[in-house]
Amino acid sequence: MKRVLGPLVALVALLALNRFLPTVLNPYYFQVLILVGINITLAVSLNLVNGFTGQFSIGHAGFMAAGAYGSAMFTVTWGQSLAAAMIAAHVPAPVAQGALLLVSLLLGGGLAAIFGYLVGLPSLRLRGDYLAIVTLGFGEIIRVLILNIDAVGGARGLPGIPQWANFFWVFLVATIVIALAVNLANSTHGRALFAIRDDEIAAEALGVDTTAYKVTAFVLGAFFAGVAGGLFAHYLSYLNPSTFTFLKSIEVIAMVVLGGMGSITGSVLAAIVLTLMPEALRAVKDYRMVIYALMLIVLMITRPQGLMGTRELSWAFLTGKKQGGRS
Amino acid sequence: MSTFLQQLVNGVTWGSVYALIALGYTMVYGILRLINFAHGDIYMLGAFMGLYASRWFHAAENPSPVKALLVLLTSMLLSALIGMLIERLAYKPVRKSPRLSALITAIGVSLLLENGGVLVFGADPKFFPQLIPQKTIALLPGVTVSNQQLIVLVVSIVLMFALRMFVLHTRTGKAMQAVSHNHMAASLMGISVDRIITITFMIGSALAAAAGVLVALQSPKIEPYMGIMPGLKAFVAAVLGGIGNIPGAVVGGLVMGIAEVMVTGYLSPTYRDAIAFVLLIVILLVRPAGIFGKAVTEKV
Repeated sequence: MKRVLGPLVALVALLALNRFLPTVLNPYYFQVLILVGINITLAVSLNLVNGFTGQFSIGHAGFMAAGAYGSAMFTVTWGQSLAAAMIAAHVPAPVAQGALLLVSLLLGGGLAAIFGYLVGLPSLRLRGDYLAIVTLGFGEIIRVLILNIDAVGGARGLPGIPQWANFFWVFLVATIVIALAVNLANSTHGRALFAIRDDEIAAEALGVDTTAYKVTAFVLGAFFAGVAGGLFAHYLSYLNPSTFTFLKSIEVIAMVVLGGMGSITGSVLAAIVLTLMPEALRAVKDYRMVIYALMLIVLMITRPQGLMGTRELSWAFLTGKKQGGRS
Repeated sequence: MSTFLQQLVNGVTWGSVYALIALGYTMVYGILRLINFAHGDIYMLGAFMGLYASRWFHAAENPSPVKALLVLLTSMLLSALIGMLIERLAYKPVRKSPRLSALITAIGVSLLLENGGVLVFGADPKFFPQLIPQKTIALLPGVTVSNQQLIVLVVSIVLMFALRMFVLHTRTGKAMQAVSHNHMAASLMGISVDRIITITFMIGSALAAAAGVLVALQSPKIEPYMGIMPGLKAFVAAVLGGIGNIPGAVVGGLVMGIAEVMVTGYLSPTYRDAIAFVLLIVILLVRPAGIFGKAVTEKV
């Protein structure tokens, strides 16, 4: 009963908030809220690779771009006309658009996952910084490819994507990623990932199929980055390759590291903080990015293990009870 | 054929700039195992320091080779000091932290230098004065080289040679090698590890600044974000050669420069930024430790 009740409550709550929030929040705050949701998905998905498995990926923007363009292209070429046909056949518009958005997100995520698999493969041979630089390279290659494909707009960008993503979809995906990460952390597979992070040789000696797990982590992380990209595309209704530079990857890494490697609540918290901070600093204009950079440095010097370390925020943690660390 | 040779000349010049920047990456990595993401921004600062130095020496009004040399040396010195400050204030406190935290710190420093640069220098591009009037010299029929390209090449070679002499034949240089092998053992032998790390940062920064001035001499538009791409590519060059390996960085830089110029010349300039990374992935898949890197077997 509990297994069904939880998701059901979450679903109803999301639907209610989806109705209610746009009427009370001004459009600017609402857009920031949506970006928070997308960034939570990005941060938690990268945490699966960097925090859980200890693989060092700094090309997350590339997967996001693959997903964003993949899903947007589906919607622009087929999705829109399909939606029109479904609405003509008396399917309610939100249902038709939602269903097609779901298909496009899955396609975008799938495309990103294929790239994730390709990037994951070298991780069999490369470790640490070398792997990091390969992921960086892949991210850049994806961006340059998009820049050179005229069918997706090249440097002009891709306009005219219908705005199908809303609060409900963005936070539904964020909830799914968080739920998946939490369940993974407490499962055999999650323990295997942690074992690889802590000591790859020991993990292998104990019979963990390190190759399969590493590649799986990459594929999973890339899939959700792609889905986040798809949501991003369907919310802003315009894509430009310059959004997905190395700097975007850095933003997501900063969230994971700031939150604490391997801590899910940490990633969520850091995604919220690091999305709101630049917006809050808009008042000081020119000094905005300087302050952001300084804060990043100071935070790393004072709390190198991130805000949460590897711990999770929970009731036991908040009330100060002792809790068995999970790392 | 002459087009090919011309591209080769351009590639070698451009590659020697990458090599100069890559040296700083590789030296810092060799000693600290830190990817110093702010290194590309030191290259940018070097160009701006050169701009200010040329104003102090009034080098733009009546250019002379001596003044150009003074500008280069001033920029290198100032950037070395900035490198030292960065190391002391930002990197030293995170030296014992997890490596990813150190990396994020480096990224923070990089963002700080870029956006601080926008505040101090302004976001619009500045023009670097022509310290040395351009002349073109014909090498072969159809193959030319400008005197500025020659200067870039000669200065880079001199600096690389000086670095090699320093690392191999001075006490400090040998101490650097020792620290890169093992911090603990080096400090037990009476080497001040902190001092060596600071010196490494200063040398790396000075080399990057030299690269900045040399590039500004050729393409005089300089702006605060100019260091991002060359920085990334120089890092790729360092990995290509085998990171931590000084001759490797030079070879990696040259390979990178030549490959880029060839792609621009024969394929399409838009693929220029991608070729660096394609090259990287191919080489790393064949030789995971880079061209000159030693494969480290993991001890259990």
